[in-house]
Amino acid sequence: MAFKILTNFFKRIFGDIFAKKGNISLGFYGPPNAGKTSLSNRICKDWTGEELGTVSRIPHETRKVQFKEQVEIKYKDKSLMFKVIDTPGIATKIDYEDFLKFKVKKKDAQGRAKEATQGIIEAIKWLDDVDAVVVVIDATENPYSQVNITIIGNLVARKIPVLIVANKIDAKKADLKKVEAAFPEYDVVGISAKYGTNMEEFYESLFKLAKKTKKK
Amino acid sequence: MSSHKKEGLTIQFLPYAEIDGLNSTARIKKLLEIILKGKVIIIQGRLEAEEETRLIEDTLILVGKVKGFKGIELAVIAPNTRDRGIMSKFKHGIANALVGNTESLTVIGPASVIKEMRKDPKKLEVMMNRQ
Repeated sequence: MAFKILTNFFKRIFGDIFAKKGNISLGFYGPPNAGKTSLSNRICKDWTGEELGTVSRIPHETRKVQFKEQVEIKYKDKSLMFKVIDTPGIATKIDYEDFLKFKVKKKDAQGRAKEATQGIIEAIKWLDDVDAVVVVIDATENPYSQVNITIIGNLVARKIPVLIVANKIDAKKADLKKVEAAFPEYDVVGISAKYGTNMEEFYESLFKLAKKTKKK
Repeated sequence: MSSHKKEGLTIQFLPYAEIDGLNSTARIKKLLEIILKGKVIIIQGRLEAEEETRLIEDTLILVGKVKGFKGIELAVIAPNTRDRGIMSKFKHGIANALVGNTESLTVIGPASVIKEMRKDPKKLEVMMNRQ
């Protein structure tokens, strides 16, 4: 009897701790062409050997949410398991004519625009299923864009921890300080997902972010 | 007689009191009705964060279904509250709780009319599409 009480006690204490430990659902959000898929690919390639999606200079290349489970990331002597969720770029407008500039045929452009609109709606719905979010911003663009502010505002309202990544810092036009100035209340890491620049600092910030989740 | 057709832009001002009593669905419906008429809206105040994303969702559902509709351009101009003292933040917090967030201005327009809105902490530039 005493043994049963003791095992139940340990189950309740430690069982709860282990039940919480699972994949941390990590969403990658941001405007189109900021480098969400490039960063997701780099992480997945680094830790699983496989990439997640295709990258293109044409906006809205990712038009469906794609994810990889059981991505074990190690930093120093710690290890965490993530579900990496790459989402379509959030935009407030979609014009098929924008795709024609990239020599996409009219019919394909119209199909692409339709898929892109559905992709954005799907990405917004996925906000209900993420534990933490990396907001990827193009460091060569204006960080004050309303899409960035709307995404971050939503995450704050839902109490989802946020890490801001200023991508493309290898580019001449990149302005990391401007991104930091735009979001002084958040941790901002400047990286180049394409070249793998500053990924150590990114992983350090990612582990800090994971600590803020309910699944820490 | 000259038959030049004059084209203008309508900017509709929406005082906070006009949307204050509405729930999210009614607010967004009201905004979309105005936007679909090709008008630009200036709202006294701002939408809740969830309402902004809901507006984006509902807008995108209409793209491809309403002829010529490509979506919206949206920008919120808000005063810098970071440098305010504690008392000032407290006073504004109470004011916001009583009469809503009326310090900000929200500009929303159809993407067919507004090409782009460039925002920085001090100004908002609105680029129009050529009709």
